[in-house]
Amino acid sequence: MDKKRRDFLKIAGASTLAGLGGTAVVDRLVSGTSPVQSKATKEVDSGHGGGHEAAAQGHAAGVEVAKSGNRFGMIVDLRKFKENPALGDIVVEACHGTHNVPDFSEKKDEIKWTWLTGYGGAFTEHSRLYKDQLTLDNDVLVMCNHCDNPPCVRACPTKATFKNKDGIVAMDYHRCIGCRFCMAACPYGMRSFNWRDPRAGLDMNKLNNEFPTRMRGVVEKCNFCAERVGLGKQPACVEACGDSKALIFGNLNDPESEIRKVLKANYTVQRKPSLGTHPSVFYIV
Amino acid sequence: MYDSGKIIAGLIIFVLFVTFPIWYNHGDAGAVPKVELPKDTKECVLPADQMRAEHMQLLNVWRDEVLRTADRSFNVKIGDKKYQMSLMNTCMQCHTSKKKFCDQCHDYTSVSPYCWDCHLAPVE
Repeated sequence: MDKKRRDFLKIAGASTLAGLGGTAVVDRLVSGTSPVQSKATKEVDSGHGGGHEAAAQGHAAGVEVAKSGNRFGMIVDLRKFKENPALGDIVVEACHGTHNVPDFSEKKDEIKWTWLTGYGGAFTEHSRLYKDQLTLDNDVLVMCNHCDNPPCVRACPTKATFKNKDGIVAMDYHRCIGCRFCMAACPYGMRSFNWRDPRAGLDMNKLNNEFPTRMRGVVEKCNFCAERVGLGKQPACVEACGDSKALIFGNLNDPESEIRKVLKANYTVQRKPSLGTHPSVFYIV
Repeated sequence: MYDSGKIIAGLIIFVLFVTFPIWYNHGDAGAVPKVELPKDTKECVLPADQMRAEHMQLLNVWRDEVLRTADRSFNVKIGDKKYQMSLMNTCMQCHTSKKKFCDQCHDYTSVSPYCWDCHLAPVE
């Protein structure tokens, strides 16, 4: 065999080109179109029903494409919380009591499903410059946003956290291995890790016997009261607000629902909308 | 073979010693666990022998149905009544004592299911 360097380089160059071009040709043959196009078509199929152009426009403008099925969401009317400053604690207590959320005094061990935080902490993308004192003085109720595009679900290696058919980002504590990837992925910091046995922080005589506790080594967060919503009830926090309408819960995909009507009638904001997680919790500031 | 008497006797003693647990307990499985059955109901979700053998699989199916498909409907029939798929809210409503029911067999067979790490046993 007498191979010249010149021949070798020719063959190497040709096979590199064939290798690079070949995969692209195969991809195109398999899918029929380019990957980008097929993705856009899929979105039209599952949602809008409108034309290809509508989906493309929606994408460009950052408009959320409504999907079929339920998507439960909530409105937090901060005006009502300002009117009644005690309401926030009532809501938090109702949630934590319903779900047997432990109470640890050390901050690093804290377990929280919903809580009150300052305006700046809740709305980091909003300017606080010359903001009115009432807004700055009153805390904001925060909870899991049950995003339509949840980064925690993508991060979870065991599918312990997932989006269920009602659009609720739920947890299956049986599957959680405590890796805390979801905590790192959540841009809102709405998840807590059980560093200690949660039962040590609970009054075992005052438990809600219809809902389990958690165990050491799992991550937990608000579940939008999936166990109550599944039975047609309102979430515990909404129920705790009574008739004040400080919290409004409903199906965002149903144009006739109360939540959609309130959303239509009021200016609302979401937390960190620029991240593209599409939160399902809206705030009337 | 030198010292065959000693070696063979030693081997016999060794074999007897190693198999001691087998022949000592032969024919005696110990006291059979006695579970306390609910007083006011005679029926369960499945026939008793099936429940005895398959309750763990059933609970796993229930868990996945409730959590994964969010099916919280009352579709479990016991007699005329309908119940949810729930360990705490259905099973333990009739079997009101974990100690006198679950633990009896679980202790006997030396299994320790982790259900109760999170789920709450009825107050006794």
